[in-house]
Amino acid sequence: MIHSLFLINSAGDIFLEKHWKSVVSRSVCDYFFEAQEKAVDVENVPPVIPTPHHYLISIYQDKIFFVAVIQTEVPPLFVIEFLHRVVEMFRDYFGECSEAAIKENVVTVYELLEEMLDNGFPLATESNILKELIRPPTILRSVVNSITGSSNVGETLPTGQLSIIPWRRAEVKYTNNEAYFDVVEEIDAILDKSGSTVFAEIQGVIDASIKLSGMPDLTLSFMNPRLLDDVSFHPCVRFKRWESERVLSFIPPDGNFRLMDYQVSSQNLVAIPVYVNHNINFKESGSSGRFDVTVGLKQNMGKSVEGVIMTVHMPKVVLNMNLTPTQGTYTYDPVTKILTWDIGKINPQKVPNLKGVICLQSGAPKPEENPNLNIQFRIQQLAVSGIKVNRLDMFGEKYKPFKGVKYVTKAGKFQVRT
Amino acid sequence: MRKAEAMSASSAYNDEKGASSNIGEPEYGHDPASGGIFSSDYKRHDDLKEMLDSNKDSLKLEAMKRIVAMIARGKNASDLFPAVVKNVACKNIEVKKLVYVYLVRYAEEQQDLALLSISTFQRGLKDPNQLIRASALRVLSSIRVTIIVPIMMLAIKEAASDMSPYVRKTAAHAIPKLYSLDPDQKDQLIEVIEKLLADKTTLVAGSVVMAFEEVCPERIDLIHKNYRKLCNLLIDVEEWGQVVIINMLTRYARTQFLNPNHNESLLEESAEKAFYGSDEEETEEKDEKEEVAALAKRKAYVMDPDHRLLLRNTKPLLQSRNAAVVMAVAQLYFHLAPKAEVGVIAKAQVRLMRSHSEVQYVVLQNVATMSIKRRGMFEPYLKSFYIRSTDPTQIKVLKLEVLTNLANETNISTILREFQTYIKSMDKDFVAASIQAIGRCATNIGEVRDTCLNGLVQLLSNRDELVVAESVVVIKKLLQMQPAQHSDIIKHMAKLTDSIQVPMARASILWLIGEYCEHVPKIAPDVLRKMAKSFTNEEDIVKLQIINLAAKLYLTNSKQTKLLTQYVLNLAKYDQNYDIRDRARFIRQLIVPTEKSGVLSKYAKKLFLALKPAPVFESPFKDRDHFQLGSLSHLLNAKATGYQELPAWPDVAPDPSVRNVEVPEWTKCSSREKRKEKVEKPFYSDSEGESGPTESADSESELPSELESGGGSGSEEGGSGSGSEESDEGSESGKEKKKKPEKIKVRKTLPESAESEHSGEEEKSVRKRKERKASSESSSEEEEESSSESSSSESESEEESESEPETKKKKKITLSKPAPKEPKNEVSLLDLDDFIPTPSPQMTPINNIVSNSLANDLQGLSFTDSSLSPTMISPSFSSVKTYELLHRITGEGLAVEYCFSRQPCSLDPHMVAVQIQFSNNTDTEAKSLRIQEPKLMSGMRMQEFPEIEVLAPGETVTVSMGIDFCDSTQAANFQLCTQTRKFYVSIQPPVGELMMPVFMSENEFKKEQVQLIKLSMGHLMGMNEINEKLTLGEKCQSDHAIVQRVTSAANLSRVPCGSDREYRFAAKTVTSGSLVLVTVVTKEGKAAQLTVNCEKMVIGTMLVKDILQALSQ
Repeated sequence: MIHSLFLINSAGDIFLEKHWKSVVSRSVCDYFFEAQEKAVDVENVPPVIPTPHHYLISIYQDKIFFVAVIQTEVPPLFVIEFLHRVVEMFRDYFGECSEAAIKENVVTVYELLEEMLDNGFPLATESNILKELIRPPTILRSVVNSITGSSNVGETLPTGQLSIIPWRRAEVKYTNNEAYFDVVEEIDAILDKSGSTVFAEIQGVIDASIKLSGMPDLTLSFMNPRLLDDVSFHPCVRFKRWESERVLSFIPPDGNFRLMDYQVSSQNLVAIPVYVNHNINFKESGSSGRFDVTVGLKQNMGKSVEGVIMTVHMPKVVLNMNLTPTQGTYTYDPVTKILTWDIGKINPQKVPNLKGVICLQSGAPKPEENPNLNIQFRIQQLAVSGIKVNRLDMFGEKYKPFKGVKYVTKAGKFQVRT
Repeated sequence: MRKAEAMSASSAYNDEKGASSNIGEPEYGHDPASGGIFSSDYKRHDDLKEMLDSNKDSLKLEAMKRIVAMIARGKNASDLFPAVVKNVACKNIEVKKLVYVYLVRYAEEQQDLALLSISTFQRGLKDPNQLIRASALRVLSSIRVTIIVPIMMLAIKEAASDMSPYVRKTAAHAIPKLYSLDPDQKDQLIEVIEKLLADKTTLVAGSVVMAFEEVCPERIDLIHKNYRKLCNLLIDVEEWGQVVIINMLTRYARTQFLNPNHNESLLEESAEKAFYGSDEEETEEKDEKEEVAALAKRKAYVMDPDHRLLLRNTKPLLQSRNAAVVMAVAQLYFHLAPKAEVGVIAKAQVRLMRSHSEVQYVVLQNVATMSIKRRGMFEPYLKSFYIRSTDPTQIKVLKLEVLTNLANETNISTILREFQTYIKSMDKDFVAASIQAIGRCATNIGEVRDTCLNGLVQLLSNRDELVVAESVVVIKKLLQMQPAQHSDIIKHMAKLTDSIQVPMARASILWLIGEYCEHVPKIAPDVLRKMAKSFTNEEDIVKLQIINLAAKLYLTNSKQTKLLTQYVLNLAKYDQNYDIRDRARFIRQLIVPTEKSGVLSKYAKKLFLALKPAPVFESPFKDRDHFQLGSLSHLLNAKATGYQELPAWPDVAPDPSVRNVEVPEWTKCSSREKRKEKVEKPFYSDSEGESGPTESADSESELPSELESGGGSGSEEGGSGSGSEESDEGSESGKEKKKKPEKIKVRKTLPESAESEHSGEEEKSVRKRKERKASSESSSEEEEESSSESSSSESESEEESESEPETKKKKKITLSKPAPKEPKNEVSLLDLDDFIPTPSPQMTPINNIVSNSLANDLQGLSFTDSSLSPTMISPSFSSVKTYELLHRITGEGLAVEYCFSRQPCSLDPHMVAVQIQFSNNTDTEAKSLRIQEPKLMSGMRMQEFPEIEVLAPGETVTVSMGIDFCDSTQAANFQLCTQTRKFYVSIQPPVGELMMPVFMSENEFKKEQVQLIKLSMGHLMGMNEINEKLTLGEKCQSDHAIVQRVTSAANLSRVPCGSDREYRFAAKTVTSGSLVLVTVVTKEGKAAQLTVNCEKMVIGTMLVKDILQALSQ
């Protein structure tokens, strides 16, 4: 299956390699560099590149290319999914998945990769198991280890590895038993020129942070489970019970994990919390244009919309922009041609507006199309689909845990066509 | 690698670069100080050797860490091998592990030295600790040294019968390692695989199937006995194993079962091809009909139960978080499931598209292939394939491909509208792809060919050359398909030569005119004339095409063009560009017959005007499904090494009994015991029986005893259930809600003020209403209806819990009076608009008052909201008129009134919601109030309210029902029955109640208005528009009054309007959803003009009458 892995930074340096079978020369990455050059944009590097003797399957995360080398037929998604799991594991262990973090913890990284794959086939990919095998680096532990000479490597086989619940480590103990759930919903939308919705959907995730002792068996139920149209679960969720009773019944992994992904049934029309009025035009003659964008709250949801940021990828001929925001700050990067307007929190009374002049390259033809506006926002304590957690019950343990549910709505891929 | 040498130059560059960037850096090891001193390679790692030889574990560890860091960077550390291998028996487990890492990396290069370590592993294989046994086997099998093959073989065989499933798993992993080292061991290894395949633990299953796939994928017979077990274990296997098993089982099923679509595919081949030609139309109905016919004719196809087992057991995995698992199931269904069942995978695939862009890329490739064969499957998700400007180009192009595949007669207009926006994109490659997509739509769907052509012709004037070039190419292709019909477009393009300046486009147009000069016999010479005039100023490519055109015309129409051609050729002869001079010379020789060039010029016409075949627009994904979907080969559209061909279905099913497993009594026992001891219970498949008792037992300790009963029924939340159960549940969750603030620690401070909750709710209810509007537009959304119906009944009972006598919560809730504000708001946390007009089986009078007043509260809110926010549809509430259904006297004390609540009917969006209020004015109970024998006009439907069992004297109860009036004002007649009497009554709706408000902006309003007027153009001008002058009534002068009167006369919503003399209103008829647009323009004095636009003339005229009356009073 997966033969080798190369990590390549944005400068094109291979800063880590790992082979699970015999060694593959790093020159195989030249094919990758070739494709990368052709693609111009990092996003357009094809995820699968065939070379005469190997196939390169790559993902791009956090400015790092993870290039897996394979030799024989394997489902590409298998490799891609695994690589993403590696990235997640790095984030889990080091807090981030940057080149610096990987270099700093190169030995731990190597040990992790060694455990995650055996002969190119995934062996242990559950964070709970890996953390028993290889303890995550902490400052305290490295100090202790250097004094006592003890190591970061577990000596016994993680019990999870053998049990039918491989995602939970055994003998978890907490003094404060807590179970928190974040219901995070994202609105993906495309609005057309006139502001009407071309496409909109809500997708949500429930992220859990469970710090419970022992082997708790949790049951989470919703007020309105029918809203959930399509779902995918962490392996811990008992699918049968969801099918029959629409409750999430599970023995959770220890720590943070994503309990479920869901999509709200597509028949439900999506309430779009903000509206955007825009008037962008480029003058036919002369080298200027007008830019006038207003972002406002559409419906009063009773919650404030915060963290509003508008980004616009301006056409190439735009040299500079002279704008005045009534609220927030804006930046225009003449190199990347990206205009960012950080609005912050929108008050229902005051409607933020960004207005001014666009300076165009003189002599160049005016852009044919107005740039699309990408909007980000966040609404705390609201799940826009209306999904509500009804209750959380715990079985199997005697103590009484703290429970909490937090709702957040965010803009996903939210685009306004102009 | 051989490749390596070829690329050595660039790799050298890389190495150099890597080295130079690392010189100044400290080593990756944890101690920067030591790293700084010994960082350079030139000392040949003497320091490291010293450290490895020392007695201190910490030094060894440090050294090993630095060595591993070197390996990680791809630096050569092979010269340290002797020093490292000595430490293989080190006590420190971390050192040991790092030594293993090193050993596995370099053993191949230093085989002799590696042998030194073997004995350590052999010892490890006998260790009592299963972890050590497993890791010893892992490392031993990873050492690629051929001499130890016998040792490995022995170790694997032993480990395959180890007690620990973990060790057995490792053995399964070791099999392909050994096989790649020495393929001669295959036979022995197959024996081990066979043994491990029989293993009953989920831990081993995935790994052994993996080994099977690598070593002996052709030995499908080994699977027979294990097939059912694998199917049953599948859901509990870890995710990576699931992928491998599913892929293998797909192949297995293809060899063992019959094609479930066999009859269909036969029909498709014979009948469909004959009748429908190449048309790939696949309407479900037709298929079903044919299926029925086919089944009748042929012997019935019965699915093998094992085939069914596979489909059933893989289906839940569509919900996996792992994209690879979902894809594996999707391809299994695509290749194995009966056509009718394949649809289930679409939703999951669409879900995957929201994942990382790499996942999207792969999924889209597969969707593109599937959508050619099973278009209907993805049609509902059309919008999910819409393109964002932020998508990477490769994703955009793939989405475009899918959209093109999904295009059919019904959705083509939406798709083309989407394409129109894509054409304006800044990403020019994508624009080019979009133009091609339009071309493909045009060829596939005859109806839009002309529209597409026109659109493309317009694109010819685009400033971007790429766009023009692409459009010309596409137009050219389209025209080549049927040039005769499109002489007008060629004419149009000929005209464009005057305006279009892009040389590429001019050239292409000239080519077209030349090619089809016979279809435009009059225009072509004229174009040539113009071109001859401007010849000297044209670009070179245009000049070449002018010469071409001249030559073609000379051949077809020499009479008119002889001189022109001569002239052009003469001009070209003295052109600055030699290409053009050459061409002119060549063509002159060819077409103008002279003595010298006799032979060729005979064939000149054939040469120039040969019939050029029309290019075919074909999806690049056509027929890609002969590769197993989701495979690498499919993605690359080329066979990858090690790809296992997907076998064709057998004609006759092989003997199914091979899968029967005879389980000897003793193994049955032991396996069951094993499951209990080690495996516990299968995680997913645990039955309710198992979890039931623990649950109730625990809920006691968990919850206050008063909630106990609730806790029990709480788990049944999902079922919509019947009466009594539901009320239980409702009360439970009602309490739960009150408990929540105490129980749940909210992390962020959350000011849950009543108002904010309200408006949040309001927003939701509004959305619901919008849904309804949407569903009234398309009739295919009944699912949503039913769901809202049941949820409404749920919330209804929730409501009820408020008033039910609750001993402990009495303080908060008062009984028969309307509940105080606070709890009401809490109730409204649920879908509030649902419980307003809903019949509930056990609705009691008191509750209804509560719910009504609550409803009114909220309706008020929604009104104010609607004025703030666009796109929201809320019934504008001015005053609700009540009508009498049954007078107190005729009803013998029972008075019945009704009103139109103007709420979207929750039962059916095509129904008008009617609220009926019964009041019992007698002093006896009225029993079982119900509707009987509705006499409705054809097409009308009625949703009756549930029977009211008892109406106490002096009480009043309100229920709601829905009537579909079919957009007519005809009355709905029915009998109203009590236990003793029957009354004939009828409900006649005013025309204003037959509609529900829609919200639109002024622009939209105008657009729609124009649209409506246009619509009627075909018949009679003004059919859809009725104008009426009027004088406003005394009290009807102010803005407010006008709006109020209009909205009370009809269920319209106000459209915001720029002018203060104009009032616009919009609504849709409830049944057919046709737009009703009302405009009132006030003039000087009291004069005003009323305009109503509506497709339905009758409704329009009646509405005009009603509004006139309302305004002039």
